[in-house]
Amino acid sequence: MPNFYNDNKHLKFHLSHPMMKKIITLRERDFKEKDEYDYAPLDFEDAIDSYEKVLEIVGDISGEIIAENAASVDKEGPSIVNNEVKYASGTSVNYEALKKAGLIGLSLPRKFGGLNFANTAFVLANEIVSRADAGFANIWGLQDCAETINEFADEAIKEEFLPKFTREGATGAMDLTEPDAGSDLQAVQFKATYDKATDQWLLNGVKRFITNGDADVSLVLARTEEDTIDARGLSLFVYDRSHKAVTIRRIENKLGIKGSPTCELVFKNAPAKLIGSRKFGLIKYVMSLMNAARLGIGAQSVGIAEAAYREALKYAQERSQFGKPIIQFPAVYEMLSVIKVKLFGMRSLLYETSRFVDMYKTYQRIAEERSLDAEERQEMKKYQRLADVYTPLLKMISSEYCNQVAYDAIQIHGGTGYMKDFPVERLYRDARITSIYEGTTQLQVIAAIKGVTTEAFLSRIKEYEKESLRPELVFLRKTLIKMTEEYEQTVQNVIELKDEELLDFHARRLVEMAGNIIIGYLLVLDAMRDEEYQAVAEVFIKRAEANNKERVYYINVTEQRDLGIIRQ
Amino acid sequence: MKGFKIIVLAKQVPDTRNVGKDAMKANGTVNRAALPAVFNPEDLKALEQALRIKDNYPGTTVTLLTMGPGRAAEIIREGLYRGADDGYLITDRKFAGSDTLATSYAISLAIKKLAPYDIIFGGRQAIDGDTAQVGPQAAEKIGIPQITYCEEVVSINKNSIRIKRRLDRGVETVESTMPVLVTVHDSAPECRSRNAKMIMKYKHAQTVSEMQESTTDYISLHDARPYLNIKEWTVDDLNADEAWLGLSGSPTKVKKVTNVVFTAKESKILGDKDEEIEDLIKELLENHTIG
Repeated sequence: MPNFYNDNKHLKFHLSHPMMKKIITLRERDFKEKDEYDYAPLDFEDAIDSYEKVLEIVGDISGEIIAENAASVDKEGPSIVNNEVKYASGTSVNYEALKKAGLIGLSLPRKFGGLNFANTAFVLANEIVSRADAGFANIWGLQDCAETINEFADEAIKEEFLPKFTREGATGAMDLTEPDAGSDLQAVQFKATYDKATDQWLLNGVKRFITNGDADVSLVLARTEEDTIDARGLSLFVYDRSHKAVTIRRIENKLGIKGSPTCELVFKNAPAKLIGSRKFGLIKYVMSLMNAARLGIGAQSVGIAEAAYREALKYAQERSQFGKPIIQFPAVYEMLSVIKVKLFGMRSLLYETSRFVDMYKTYQRIAEERSLDAEERQEMKKYQRLADVYTPLLKMISSEYCNQVAYDAIQIHGGTGYMKDFPVERLYRDARITSIYEGTTQLQVIAAIKGVTTEAFLSRIKEYEKESLRPELVFLRKTLIKMTEEYEQTVQNVIELKDEELLDFHARRLVEMAGNIIIGYLLVLDAMRDEEYQAVAEVFIKRAEANNKERVYYINVTEQRDLGIIRQ
Repeated sequence: MKGFKIIVLAKQVPDTRNVGKDAMKANGTVNRAALPAVFNPEDLKALEQALRIKDNYPGTTVTLLTMGPGRAAEIIREGLYRGADDGYLITDRKFAGSDTLATSYAISLAIKKLAPYDIIFGGRQAIDGDTAQVGPQAAEKIGIPQITYCEEVVSINKNSIRIKRRLDRGVETVESTMPVLVTVHDSAPECRSRNAKMIMKYKHAQTVSEMQESTTDYISLHDARPYLNIKEWTVDDLNADEAWLGLSGSPTKVKKVTNVVFTAKESKILGDKDEEIEDLIKELLENHTIG
C-alpha cells in the first residue's frame, strides 16, 4: 500500500498555506524552546519540515497497517470481555503502531511530552487516518480530550493526566450523552456528588452512545448543582479507568464505523476530578470540546470521501462496458467530477476552518502567559468569531458531501459496489454517521445561521473578494459577486419578515448558499497557488450558482402560510 | 540486569522489489541510479529484534554499522529515527567493488573496534545480491558463534541467548553463548515505524562529509549536539590491509548474466473429483511448488 501522505499532494498543498508561517511562529513563541528540547524546531522551515516528516509517518502507518486492517476490523468489531472492551485485533495493532511512533498527544505542550503541533497538523493527520479507517480514526482522534484537559484543567490534573497520553499512549473518551440527553445536553441527569468523608467527587448514573467508552481517560459531563434542570447546573470531570468503577453494559451494533466501540456505561460511585470550575461544564468546556470534535468530523468526512473517490475512479477506469471503460461515458465522468469538486471544496473549507481555530487558540494560550496587545486581541476575536461560525458550517457541509460522495461512489461501481467484495460499501456505511454524531446537520444549521444573521459569513466573503487574482480567474469572481448579491438580498428578504419560524425553516438553505460562495472563493484562491484548482473551481462554481438559484426561488415562493401545509 | 550492547549490520540497497524496465544496464549490472535506495528489508527486521531487547532491558544500546558510499548515512539516520542510539558508516573509495569476502573483512574489523558487545544482528541477506554470506563470514573472521535464520528471540539472559530459527520444513530453537552474531529471517516481524520525536531529534544528523557538502549551516548545531555527528570510518581508521579490500580482495567473478523470463508453457484441465485434486496436490508437493 502507498504512503497516504505522500500519495496525496493536496495535503502538502494545504500544509503550505501562507498563513501557516504565522500560526507556527506564534505557536512556537518564536521558537524559544529550541534549546530546551532536542526535538523542538529551530525555525519555521525546520518546523514545517518536521510536520512533513511526521505526517509521512502517519501516512506510512495508515497505508501499510490501518488500511490493511480496515476490512477485518469492520468484520470482527469490538466485544466485552470481563467488563472490558476488547478491540478487534486489527484495532490494537493499529493503535500500538501509532503509539510506538509517538503519535499520541500531537498538539500537547512539550513539557507534558507532546509535540506542540499546530491544530492544522493534527487535522491533516486525522484526515489521513480516516481515509484508512474512519472508525479507527475515532479512537485515535479522541486524544483531543487531552487538549481539553490542557485547556481547562488545573496544573495538578494536567501533570497527572497529560503524560498518560504522551508517554503511555492512553486512549480518551467524552462521556456526554445519556438515554434522555442526546442532542439536548442541557437535560443531562448523570450526577456528581461531593463526598466530604473522602474529599472527592463521585459519579453516578448512565451514559449512552459513548464512543470508546472504556477509554483510559474519560471526560464526563455531570450535574453537580442540585435542583437545577439546565446547562448551568453541569460540570465536567475527568475519570481514570484504573478506578474500575464503571460497568460496560453493552456495545451498540451499528451500521458503520464498526471498529469504534460505542458503549453504554453505568458509573457507580466512580471517583473523578473536577475540570476547571463548577457550572461551566457544558456552557464552556463541552462547547469547546464539541467544536474540536466537529472539526475532527470534518477531517473524518474528507478522509472517507478521499477513499471513496479513489475507489470510484479506479473502478471507472478499469471497468469496461459496451466496449470501453465506463469512465468515458458522460453519465459516469460527470459523477466523478462532482465527487472530485466536492472533495476538494470540503477539504479547502476544512483547512480554512482549522487555520481559524489555530489562530485564536494560539492567542488564547499566549494570553495565559502575557497580556496581548490591542492588535493581537483584535485578531484573536476576529478568528474566534470566524471559527465559531465556520466550524458548524464545515461539519454540516463536509458530512453531507461525504455521504453524497460515498453514495455516488457506490453508484459508479454498479451492482458490484453493493456487494461486500469491494471496500466502497464499508465507506458508505461509515459515512452515514458523520452527519449525525457530534451534533446532527440540523443542529449545525442552528449554530451556523448566526454566521448568516450576524453577517460574519458576508464580511469574510467580502475579504475574499478583495484578494488579487490572475486575469484568467477574474470571471469566476464575477460570478461569485453576483451570487453574493443574490445571497444578501435573499437573507434580507427572509429577515425582513421578522418571522422566527420562517427563518428557522429556511436556515439550512441560507447557510448552504453562504457555504457555496465561501467554498467557491476558497477554490479560486487555491487556484492562485496551484493551477489544478482552476478547473475544480470552475466546475464547483457553475454548480453552486445553479444550486443557489434553486434555493432563492424556493425561499421566495415559500411564505408563512405554506408552513401550515408542510407542518401537518 | 544491565542492558546489552547490540550492533546491527545494515545495508543500503537498490529497491529491487519495485523493478522497472531500466533496472538493469546492458552489461548485466544493476542500474543503481534507476532504483531508489532503501534500507535492506531483512536488516530492518534485524533492527526490530535489537530494539525489542532495548524495550525490555533498560540500559541496552543499539549501534548501527553500515558500509557504502556517503549517501548510505541515510541508513544510520533511519535507524536513529526508530530508536537506535548511534551508528557508524564505513566508507572509502578503496572499498569499491568489494564482494562478500572483502565486505565481511571490513565489517569484522569494524566490529572488533566496537568491542565489547553482546549481540550482533544482521539481516539474513540483502535483496540486491541474495548471498546470505556477509553475516556468517564476519562471525567466522571474528571467531564468535553465529545463529542464522532467526525468526524470534525466545529468551535472553546475562550470558546466553535462545533463538527460534525458521527453516524450510519447520522451526528449531537453539541456544548460544554471547557474544554471538545472529542473522534475521524474512519471517521475523516487521520493523516499527519511525518515531515522531526521534525524527525531529535526529533529522539533522550528518557525517562530516555530508556537512561539507551541505548548503545549510548547522555546524554550530552539531557542536552543541554531539549526537548529530554520524561517525565515518575509512580504511585507515580500521587499519585494514588494502590487499583484502575492494576489487583486489574480491575473488568473485561474474561469469555470465542472463535474463530469465517466466512464461506459462502448458496448462492442465482438472475435474472436480477428489482423486484428481489429490493427484494435483501430490504433484505440487513433489515439484516443491508448495510445502
